[in-house]
Amino acid sequence: MPKIEFPMGKATRDAYGKALLRLGKEMPNLVVLDADLSKSTRTSKFQEAFPDRFFNIGIAEANMAGIAAGLASSGKVPFISSFACFLMNKAFDQLRMCVAYPNINVKVAVTHAGISIGEDGPSQQGIEDVALALALPGFVVLVPADEVAAEDLVAAAAKHIGPVFVRLGRAEAPKVYKEGDRFPIGGSKTLREGTDVAIIANGLLVAEAVKAAGMLEDEGISAGVIDAYSIRPLDEASISAAARKAGAVVVAEEHLLDGGLGSRVAMALARSFPVPMEFVGLDNTYAESGSPAELLEKYRLTAPWIAEAARRSISGKKTARSGGRRQGGGRR
Amino acid sequence: MSCDSAKLQMLREKARAIRRWSCIMTAEAGSGHPGGSLSAADLLSALYFHVMRHDPANPGRPDRDRFILSKGHACPALYAALYEVGYLKGVDMKSLRRLGSPLQGHPDKRKLPVLEASTGSLGQGLSIGIGMALAAKMDGRSYRTYVMLGDGECDEGQIWEAAMWAGAKKLDNLTAIVDYNKIQLDDFVRNIVDLEPLEDKWRAFNWDVQGIDGHDMSKIVEAFERAAAVRGKPQVIIAHTVKGKGVSFMENQVKFHGIAPTKEELARALAELDRA
Ligand SMILES: Cc1ncc(C[n+]2csc(CCOP(=O)(O)OP(=O)(O)O)c2C)c(N)n1
Ligand SMILES: [Mg+2]
Repeated sequence: MPKIEFPMGKATRDAYGKALLRLGKEMPNLVVLDADLSKSTRTSKFQEAFPDRFFNIGIAEANMAGIAAGLASSGKVPFISSFACFLMNKAFDQLRMCVAYPNINVKVAVTHAGISIGEDGPSQQGIEDVALALALPGFVVLVPADEVAAEDLVAAAAKHIGPVFVRLGRAEAPKVYKEGDRFPIGGSKTLREGTDVAIIANGLLVAEAVKAAGMLEDEGISAGVIDAYSIRPLDEASISAAARKAGAVVVAEEHLLDGGLGSRVAMALARSFPVPMEFVGLDNTYAESGSPAELLEKYRLTAPWIAEAARRSISGKKTARSGGRRQGGGRR
Repeated sequence: MSCDSAKLQMLREKARAIRRWSCIMTAEAGSGHPGGSLSAADLLSALYFHVMRHDPANPGRPDRDRFILSKGHACPALYAALYEVGYLKGVDMKSLRRLGSPLQGHPDKRKLPVLEASTGSLGQGLSIGIGMALAAKMDGRSYRTYVMLGDGECDEGQIWEAAMWAGAKKLDNLTAIVDYNKIQLDDFVRNIVDLEPLEDKWRAFNWDVQGIDGHDMSKIVEAFERAAAVRGKPQVIIAHTVKGKGVSFMENQVKFHGIAPTKEELARALAELDRA
């Protein structure tokens, strides 16, 4: 298989700003709310084009979520945005009581997810937002890998009836997809087929997973890669088929290991086809300030660490067959 | 406490040093928040060099006065004050926001234990301050707790939950300072959520309220001294300030909330600060 090099693309938050502009024209009932971060989240683009349908609520994320619920109950389709940590952490009860529980049509689009925001440090790095979104029953949970996926998934969120969470990043993201690729809710993208190990990733780690697969290929290891951009609903059929084919799995995400994609995939495979699994993500820790590249390396979220996890997962196959106990690969 | 003109001059010099560092540190880092650091410089100088009882040689002293920077993004100014007063011996002041530095992008107690709180998610510092003030009452300690809030930060409901509680409980060993620089992240405060009448709001919550020019050192010192003497009420100092104060091209500019000066802008900024 030829090595794939993805060109650097735009940040997924930029695609969000662009998608809102297009959707604003198509959907007169679409409204956008922000909490004093509109330039960073890119909702300012929507404000410029549709000033009457944009509301800056101020630094009051909980209030924003409640207001969105009222707007949605009155026929509007609200998108609410802030950094992942502020919106999910500060407005969690409002998302629970005003949105998830009554099943109200609010779209939660968070930016600056993960540690790739860099220098601002842990107080601004959303590393638990997916876990929180998954803890809101009924929420669709989406994590696009690049600008193409982000634009399409924001549109899918707008059209879906019911609460949706979309996770977006600050950093430029490698462009994995071609214009026109489509990303239905509940789907996944198989980027490579593999017979030795299947790597399931989302967000910024999809491109790293493909890179890792290339590194493994040089060692004669055949690694498949699936972009699980829809964590809920999860494309369990494709993931289970990949696990069957490869017999070993790695899950990679820019999130705490607890409560993210890894736990969802593990649950799905435990039910359908258990295989040795390894997990790449933040392991029971906050990060720190640093450049995005430094942080991704230090916290082991880059291709070499994914490849390393793949080797461990594969070695688990033998010990699993011989009935021996595997050594834990994690750091905890 | 008393403050003669030589002392006031020293406090102004320290404020200048805090401003210089705030520009240098953010320029070196290539990111950070100069605007809200510059607006807070005079207040921080007064607190660390005159108002608060604390001892850099003995930072853990149980009776030290506490300071919490609730608007954590202005930490360059706080780091500068801590450095100038002697807490950060051996710390590379140009390492702001770098991997491994104690000078994290927002105040991080794990990396810099002398900080009283880790902040950066706005709206929370006043509640922590209440806890510290309450503990002082419980333990019969004489220390006072100071919390600095941003004006945009006052959008957060938690600020008002805290204000209501402290007022109701007559927590008179607690002083809040609002750095009322009239600008938040996206725009001028009045264009996002107008806070006015701000003094009346605090008064209605049973706080002692003083509105002052937050760049007039003698007024600042006077206000802190007056606040410390108030009994039966928490005190708030509404400090009218200018975001970016001291650097002409940053003053009142929304843009310089969260953008570092370039090297060229830094040179101009330092020249202006040194002239003033
Ligand atoms: C809960 C929360 N929401 C959003 C932010 C992002 N943010 C950082 S600074 C800022 C504006 C703060 O304005 P203000 O309190 O007026 O600070 P100052 O002008 O003193 O810099 C915002 C929205 C944050 N840090 N925390
Ligand atoms: Mg302000």
